[in-house]
Amino acid sequence: MSTIQETVAPAAAARVTIRRSVSTIAQIVVLLLLLATPLFVKNFVIFQLTMWLVYAIAIMALNLLTGGSGQFSLGQSAFYALGAYTSAILMEHADVNYVLTLPASALVCFVAGVLFGLPALRLSGVYLALATFALATAMPQLLKLGVFESWTGGVQGLVVTKPDAPFHLPISQDMWLYYFTLLVTLLIYAASVNLLNSRTGRAMMAIRDNEIAASALGVNLPLYKTLAFGISAAFTGIAGALGAIVVQFVAPDGYTIQLAIAIFLGMVVGGVGWLPGSLAGSAFIVFVPNVAENISKGLSGAVFGALLIVVIFVVPHGARQVALYGEALAKKFLKNN
Amino acid sequence: MELFVNQVLAGIATGAIYACMALAVVMIYQAIDHLNFAQGEMAMFSTFIAWQLIQWGVPYWIAFVLTLAISFAGGIIIERLLFKPLAHAPILTHVAGFIALFAIINSVAGLTWDFTIKQFPSPFGSRPFLGSQLISTHQAGMIGVTLVLLLMLYGFFRFTRIGLAMRAAASLPESARLVGINVGWMIALGWGMASAIGAIAGMLIAPVVFLEPNMMGGILLYGFASAVLGGLSSPFGAVIGGFLVGIFENLVGTYIPGVGNELKLPIALALIVTVLVVKPNGLFGRTVVQRV
Amino acid sequence: MSSLLEIEDLRAYYGQVQALHGLQFSLEDGSVTTLLGANGAGKTTTLRAICNMIRSTGNIRFDGKPLAGRSTEDIVKLGIAHVPQGRGTFTRMTVEENLQLGAMTRRDSRGIADDVERMYDHFPKLRERSDQQAGTLSGGEQQMLAVARALMLRPRLMLLDEPSFGLAPLVVRDLFAILARINRDDKVTILVVEQNAQLALAIAGQAYVIETGRIVMAGEASAVADNEDIRKSYLGY
Ligand SMILES: Nc1ncnc2c1ncn2[C@@H]1O[C@H](COP(=O)(O)OP(=O)(O)OP(=O)(O)O)[C@@H](O)[C@H]1O
Ligand SMILES: [Mg+2]
Repeated sequence: MSTIQETVAPAAAARVTIRRSVSTIAQIVVLLLLLATPLFVKNFVIFQLTMWLVYAIAIMALNLLTGGSGQFSLGQSAFYALGAYTSAILMEHADVNYVLTLPASALVCFVAGVLFGLPALRLSGVYLALATFALATAMPQLLKLGVFESWTGGVQGLVVTKPDAPFHLPISQDMWLYYFTLLVTLLIYAASVNLLNSRTGRAMMAIRDNEIAASALGVNLPLYKTLAFGISAAFTGIAGALGAIVVQFVAPDGYTIQLAIAIFLGMVVGGVGWLPGSLAGSAFIVFVPNVAENISKGLSGAVFGALLIVVIFVVPHGARQVALYGEALAKKFLKNN
Repeated sequence: MELFVNQVLAGIATGAIYACMALAVVMIYQAIDHLNFAQGEMAMFSTFIAWQLIQWGVPYWIAFVLTLAISFAGGIIIERLLFKPLAHAPILTHVAGFIALFAIINSVAGLTWDFTIKQFPSPFGSRPFLGSQLISTHQAGMIGVTLVLLLMLYGFFRFTRIGLAMRAAASLPESARLVGINVGWMIALGWGMASAIGAIAGMLIAPVVFLEPNMMGGILLYGFASAVLGGLSSPFGAVIGGFLVGIFENLVGTYIPGVGNELKLPIALALIVTVLVVKPNGLFGRTVVQRV
Repeated sequence: MSSLLEIEDLRAYYGQVQALHGLQFSLEDGSVTTLLGANGAGKTTTLRAICNMIRSTGNIRFDGKPLAGRSTEDIVKLGIAHVPQGRGTFTRMTVEENLQLGAMTRRDSRGIADDVERMYDHFPKLRERSDQQAGTLSGGEQQMLAVARALMLRPRLMLLDEPSFGLAPLVVRDLFAILARINRDDKVTILVVEQNAQLALAIAGQAYVIETGRIVMAGEASAVADNEDIRKSYLGY
């Protein structure tokens, strides 16, 4: 999946400037849209937009794992669930402020991710896919366990109180949650970009590109692979926590393999390893089912599957490929003027 | 003691199902080096086809055979349309393909037959087997059908030309081409057979777990656990793995307190991770260089 | 005599890298031809291109029929048996099964059974080991098995890639004697790639020498053997 990078890499200096300006303009436009849209739409749409951001974080976390270290996971729903439950339990049983539950969820999931990442160290390719698939399939049952029922609410799950906007801001709860989620999304995006550009990120990408070469360069393979798992799990946990707060509810059957599939799908659709693609992938998994369910109940899985097939056959690099086409068009346009 | 024997026999009966699922998984793994995450959904869909035929008044065994034929053809069609074009694609794309298949089949089954659970008949009834309280006739039937299937498969791979060609294609595709074997069609045939074997598993387990679109999720996971335990490169190992896992599951559920149905899936998870980490080639698999 | 195999302007590629740069040669029906060249010259690539195992362009005609666009297995069905470099033994199957696989394209079970016997006559070692896993054979035995497997096709043309590799000198001599006999008795045309140029030139009628994907010399085997450059680089005297 690196052919695109290769074709882009040898760009001349002048073209790089154009590219920069094109993508900077694109970023500013997107940011303005993100800031302004809620002001013009109904509360239910705001709620959906918030969920879109939440899933975008989860997809970004998976992108960080796959794009960063080349490992991939069909089990992200498990960390998402863990984050959601951590946040819900802290809020409902310990009266912790919702903002503070986010770092707590991140921490819990980081630890869980590292713990799962340790055995996963010895797995690659199909084996890792299998182990994480098993994790996602088993998670709902773990959440239903009788022993934890007083905390988790068992099959019933937990209801979470929706927070009000702070400082008596005159905006609805939904709108406040949207802006709060947007802030968290931007922070995580910035953190991810910085991480990939850091020493750690470069070490992780060296692993992705060639394990043997990376270890010859003195990269500590186990450390970085486990770290990648942990960080990815932590960000996924934050997404889960936000999701719980926004939906105001956690229950085991909300975190089945279907969710893991959706997150994986979102990554493929957005373009593997391309962080901005997470927004496109998330839009796909949030809005496509809505449209499909309107046509016929239960249709969304089929539409998901069919569109996924279209993506892997027609645009195997996902939204990234589409963006590159767009950029090429924009460049042409700028040159001609 | 009675309880122990009882649980072992019950374990062998469910193990028979896991063995079938594991066998289906291994057949495709041997052919294309990938795990079919949609194997369970394919089996579920086949079972619905059988149910539909029976609803239309087709006698059980005719419906059984028809279902096998339809599943076989379906498996081949899926391979030709979806996975043959992906042959050289990276693993992530393959996984995406399996996931797409999973979603489509699950959803189409739900749309066609809805999500309410349905009774599925057993041709063996559920009386005590041979007057003994140890296992029911249906459980005995599950074991019997699986054993017959295994014998037939053994004969097929051991004594027929096409079975030999399939083995050759799976072990060394390049050399197989050089003796004139159409490797692509052997892979398709593997898919057809995997699909039909999965259909058998589905039809045998449906009277026990009831028929509904999500019925195979846990069973596939146990199928994977069995395949991994036996060694993904060994059909024989997959079968042994299936029976071992079935027995293990039943004994753990009986003798370790607090581990009933509640922990069924986490046990499978633990089993898969443990085997993959401790003995990645399983009990009978040949050592392979790990694919990166 | 007519040409059984004609090759024109054959170019072959590994990804972006071009390995053959327009080869041109032909094999007379019933002849033995050898293809010589240093390591990496493109000998294996030539054989692979004939069987369409790699991307190539140019014209290849077998018995007048163009091979372009045919799959490897279809080309084999036309009667071209290829003993690949490294032998391609099905190591987890028995010796007998390997021989059966060689006859995969045939339908005459009687003739197949007879041919298995014939192979055991050619290579008595294989008869002793017929039920053994092929992977447990010695390197030399595996090479014999590979040749026997190819013969099971009843080929019209046999492509052999370094059949003497790893064999003791005595065994090599036997093997070449058998190849010569097969060529004479069964009228099988043979194209053999060899490092052991001396032996290959001894049984071959024609010889081609290739260097970095181009044919640099062609002619009667005896003439090539007498050429001073060839003697120096391939025969070592
Ligand atoms: N799979 C491959 N990928 C890329 N390049 C290859 C591949 N196989 C061969 N080559 C290159 O093609 C050229 C010809 O290789 P080929 O195997 O045909 O040589 P050869 O004459 O058979 O050598 P040898 O006597 O060592 O077997 C060499 O430069 C080799 O490096
Ligand atoms: Mg060679």
